Amino acid sequence: MAIEIEKPRVSLSKVALSETHGEDSPYFAGWKAYDENPYDELNNPSGVIQMGLAENQLAANSGRSSTSSFRENALFQDYHGLQSFRKAMASFMEQIRGGRAKFDPDRIVITAGATAANELLTFILADPGDALLIPTPYYPGFDRDLRWRTGVNIIPVHCQSSNNFEISPQALEAAYNEAESKNIKVKGLLITNPSNPLGATIKRSNLQKILKFVTCKNIHLISDEIYSGSSFSCDEFVSISQILAEQNYKDSERVHVVYSLSKDLGLPGFRVGTIYSYNDDVVRTARRMSSFTLISSQTQQLLASMLSDKRFTENYIRVNRERLKKRYEMIIDGLRNAGISCLNGNAGLFCWMNLSSLLLEPTMECELELWKLILYEVRLNISPGSSCHCLEPGWFRVCFANMNEKTLEIALSRIHDFMDRMRKVKISLQ
Amino acid sequence: MLRNEEQILSKIATNDGHGENSAYFDGWKAYDTDPYHPTQNPKGVIQMGLAENQLSFDLVQEWILNNPKASICTEEGSDDFKDIAIFQDYHGLPLFRNAVARFMEKVRGNRVRFDPDRIVMSGGATGAQETLTFCLADPGDALLVPAPYYPGNDRDLTWRTGVKLIPVMCYSSNDFKITRQALESAYKIAQESNIKVKGLLLNNPSNPLGTVLNKQTLTECLNFTNEKNIHLICDEIYSATVFSQPNFISIAEIVQENPKINHDLVHIIYSLSKDLGFPGFRIGIIYSYNDVVTNCARKMSSFSLVSTQTQHLIASMLLDEVFVDRFIKESSKRLGQRHGVLSRGLAQVGIKSLKSNAGLYNWMDLRMLLSEPTFEAEMELWRVIINEVKLNVSPGASFHCSEPGWFRVCFANMDDETMMVALKRIHKFVNQNGKIVEASSRKMWRSKLEVNLSFRRLDEIMMGSHKMSPHSPMPSPLVRART
Repeated sequence: MAIEIEKPRVSLSKVALSETHGEDSPYFAGWKAYDENPYDELNNPSGVIQMGLAENQLAANSGRSSTSSFRENALFQDYHGLQSFRKAMASFMEQIRGGRAKFDPDRIVITAGATAANELLTFILADPGDALLIPTPYYPGFDRDLRWRTGVNIIPVHCQSSNNFEISPQALEAAYNEAESKNIKVKGLLITNPSNPLGATIKRSNLQKILKFVTCKNIHLISDEIYSGSSFSCDEFVSISQILAEQNYKDSERVHVVYSLSKDLGLPGFRVGTIYSYNDDVVRTARRMSSFTLISSQTQQLLASMLSDKRFTENYIRVNRERLKKRYEMIIDGLRNAGISCLNGNAGLFCWMNLSSLLLEPTMECELELWKLILYEVRLNISPGSSCHCLEPGWFRVCFANMNEKTLEIALSRIHDFMDRMRKVKISLQ
Repeated sequence: MLRNEEQILSKIATNDGHGENSAYFDGWKAYDTDPYHPTQNPKGVIQMGLAENQLSFDLVQEWILNNPKASICTEEGSDDFKDIAIFQDYHGLPLFRNAVARFMEKVRGNRVRFDPDRIVMSGGATGAQETLTFCLADPGDALLVPAPYYPGNDRDLTWRTGVKLIPVMCYSSNDFKITRQALESAYKIAQESNIKVKGLLLNNPSNPLGTVLNKQTLTECLNFTNEKNIHLICDEIYSATVFSQPNFISIAEIVQENPKINHDLVHIIYSLSKDLGFPGFRIGIIYSYNDVVTNCARKMSSFSLVSTQTQHLIASMLLDEVFVDRFIKESSKRLGQRHGVLSRGLAQVGIKSLKSNAGLYNWMDLRMLLSEPTFEAEMELWRVIINEVKLNVSPGASFHCSEPGWFRVCFANMDDETMMVALKRIHKFVNQNGKIVEASSRKMWRSKLEVNLSFRRLDEIMMGSHKMSPHSPMPSPLVRART
């Protein structure tokens, strides 16, 4: 191309030009740093170690070839999804909950990942300008997934470290009142259970209070249970579906569960998400809307096979939990030895680390300074709490399941050395 | 029980934007409840409303058997399982993008080059159309679409985007060609209604016409959009279904030959659902010449990425040049043959189709079978075809056709024997035609309720409910029928 000709600026949509895709945040800046300088044991031992990626690569994944004809599968585009796949998903979700809740395969709507499921539900439950309440700290991706194309707002429900970031009725009321004062209509509450980034399950008593709150306000409840199979023990996790079953599904039409195989099975590339709604209208509409984001029939076929093998799934769920627990203990011990405390966790692929004592001042700016230091000098990509909308500066999410043990040891020794250096600096300043 | 059920869901959730209350889908429902089977249900409805390419699966199946490594579920391919399963980068697997770009080039006779870095994935062409619309237009804006057009556009382009569609009327008098006059006229309608037009959507080869756009028309459309500074979206989903002359000319070729036009306005939609016959795999592609659009669409593709398992398989398949060359040639040949069988079979009983050389369907002219030249009569004829002849064909009204009496009939989604059965039924029907038209007239007078129902459906389609400009001067056929 020789000469740059001045072309009239052709307009794109407001949605296209907005920054709500969210990619200019520190959450992603760390990823870019990793992409440019990725750690490799042999080729780049001083590269950035990726601890900002909540992925589960611990459990061995095996695949099984399908027996159904290629042609039938390649032609299957029905937005109901393969019945065998929905049955297998329902059964897998039941197993994860230790059989304490039942799932009807006909209520399962398929979507290409939980990203799509959450956006789809938002389109269905809220109009542009309406709001969803979300407890902080929360998954940074929600800012884009729930708001970008839908035009819906997020109102944070602020949780504090003083009570382990648990969701309290007071915090819920405060957020709801804030919306009311701004004349914003709240259409629902979205909880992630187990929580990302806290790495902890929501207590049964809190779930009951949450259900009471949404019922009283007559709003929806979305429970993103994407990490349900990643709790360290089966008994630790209580699903909203269990609470509903215990109360005979009274008032359940406002409840919708989001699930995906990206975390529990470590298959993010396959784009397997589901919406499970107790509301017929939502199921019907979601199913129609899923036309924009169906799961490849090839992948449905594979997973129908895999997940209906109960021996495999039982074993997998158990082994996965054990390995995650072991890995969690390893990182907690390592951090403790380095003088760092974390929130008590019992689920997920990450821990919620407290570095607030390292901040010169308890501000977001100082948190980001510390984060940059850790990224560029210690060369660890971890996620700053501010990108998760945490009200208190100094907290960081550290992922531990997306690497082998050796790499984690190296990461821990880098943290150890870093903390040593910081202590020496502090002493010399004093 | 949720109080105030209606208000508890969004407007999008409770309106008719999903489009399923139209006649287009009634035929499918009729098929679903009574599907034809050669031995188990020989009197069932034959599905001729589904534009799918099922003629060349043997070639694909052979390739699958000979290439076990392409599947991550076989012994030969399972080493790749982990890397593929964890790859979720919305750029897509590089090999996949290369393979798709290469395939698109081959389909265009290598007359153009496609940059793999401009290939953006989406959930089928359905997802691709919607994503592109989100990038180019705001709620309340409009896209011009030449009619007759694919009924799915009404949902895909408008439901969640809030964008309107304004038809560019085409007429049988010139074989439904798109004229500059028609484009200007549609644009003017928008202006008079204070609606901002953001683009023109072309489908080339056309669904439902089965024709390709010539160089002159493509250039005319490109000039029109450039002059108005609006986008040109070319849905080329049927590009490899061309089975005879004239050659398919892609907008990419016109763009290549015209460096002076504003490339930022041109975007191509593609998919493997029709050319390769893989609708289940949800492989949609956006190819934009506009960097901002490419970047934005890529970010948005997070909402509908193609499964990496599928990307991996398709990459292997499409990079096998010997297979691809053979497939394109053979598929095109088989489509041509099947089209010939249907066209000749119809001609034998005096039914003409629009002259076509692409697509998976004929655009059938049944005007002489209408009791009167109205959409109401078209609906009655269609009900007879569904309920008595037991063929699901799609009425022109659902494609927003300007003239009643045209029907789309698909030919590539069945085997030879079923095609023969369908033709026999058509022959029988036409030969008994006189009796049937009479019977349908009697039906009209007897069952007012049935007629009212069909009026309402007609209403929804023709008035475009809430989706078209209320000021559209397009005359209601109902008004015509009454006067």
